[in-house]
Amino acid sequence: RFNLFKKVPTIKSPCLPRLVQLSHLHTSPNSQAPVPALPEKGGKTRHGIIPEEIFQLLYPKTGVTGPYVLGAGLLTYILSKEIYIINHETFAAACMGTVIIYGVRKFGPDVAAFADKLNEEKVQKAQEVKDLAMTSLAQAVLDEKKEQWRAEGRQMLFDAKRNNVAMLLETNRRERVHMVTNEVKKRLDYQIALQTLHRRMEQEHMVNWVEKNVVTSITPQQEKTSIAKCITDLKVLAKVQQAKATA
Amino acid sequence: MADRIVPLGEKRLMDVKLGELGSWLGKRDFTPNGVLASIRNGHDRYYNKYINVKKGGIGGVAMLLVGYVALSYMWEYDHLKHDRWRKYH
Repeated sequence: RFNLFKKVPTIKSPCLPRLVQLSHLHTSPNSQAPVPALPEKGGKTRHGIIPEEIFQLLYPKTGVTGPYVLGAGLLTYILSKEIYIINHETFAAACMGTVIIYGVRKFGPDVAAFADKLNEEKVQKAQEVKDLAMTSLAQAVLDEKKEQWRAEGRQMLFDAKRNNVAMLLETNRRERVHMVTNEVKKRLDYQIALQTLHRRMEQEHMVNWVEKNVVTSITPQQEKTSIAKCITDLKVLAKVQQAKATA
Repeated sequence: MADRIVPLGEKRLMDVKLGELGSWLGKRDFTPNGVLASIRNGHDRYYNKYINVKKGGIGGVAMLLVGYVALSYMWEYDHLKHDRWRKYH
């Protein structure tokens, strides 16, 4: 409890209220091991001022009353040989001792509880900080895992994009193929049209020429004879027709 | 507790046998550094046993105060000798 009043140089951890001495831990100052917990209770003392070890030391030889008998004997010795001298200060010491002992007996537990409460609060604050840090770090770990999962999904994104690009290329290729086809077809059509035109023109020209020649070759003499022939033919035909009609 | 042989100079006081006390004292380190080291060691041991605990009692501080009282009485004894009640004991 008296840690509240002691100032001892501490190392690193600023949030730990425990004032732990360097020599108490591992020798290197940057050790990562957790600090060992403080012992719960201190060394035991009998009547506040005599360490329990004396009693344990003398117990095998002299039993329970041994140290008390030793104390009484020592007291008698120093009083009788006046190694401790009874003077006015003895009275003052007796009065002070009484008051002190009365005070400690009466208010000891309360002061102890108060000091414990203060310590408890300090520890709790540090624990809160630690818990907060732990939760935030755990959250950070989860977020990191999520990010990693997201990064894995990037593969799908790349595949989709690759598909897009492939489709664009394909479309482009097909357009160009169409264009090529159309152009070639147009050129071929042109050649065909050209040839048909040629043929038609030749035909017409030939026909005209033949007609013209024939017409010019028909002399007037031939015209008369052909007309007379046509008339006689017609007359014959008419006669035949009449004959048929009356028969 | 005979796990290994400890050289005499490093044994703790309670493990030294009476006959070896003289030679043990001779081996102890009385240079200033050694004296300081032993003081620091003793302080650490007392501090860690009685004061640096979660629920310390009054013993830790009370023993120091009693020790202080006793020590100051011893230092003043020459003055106090004159308050003795009898001359011959």
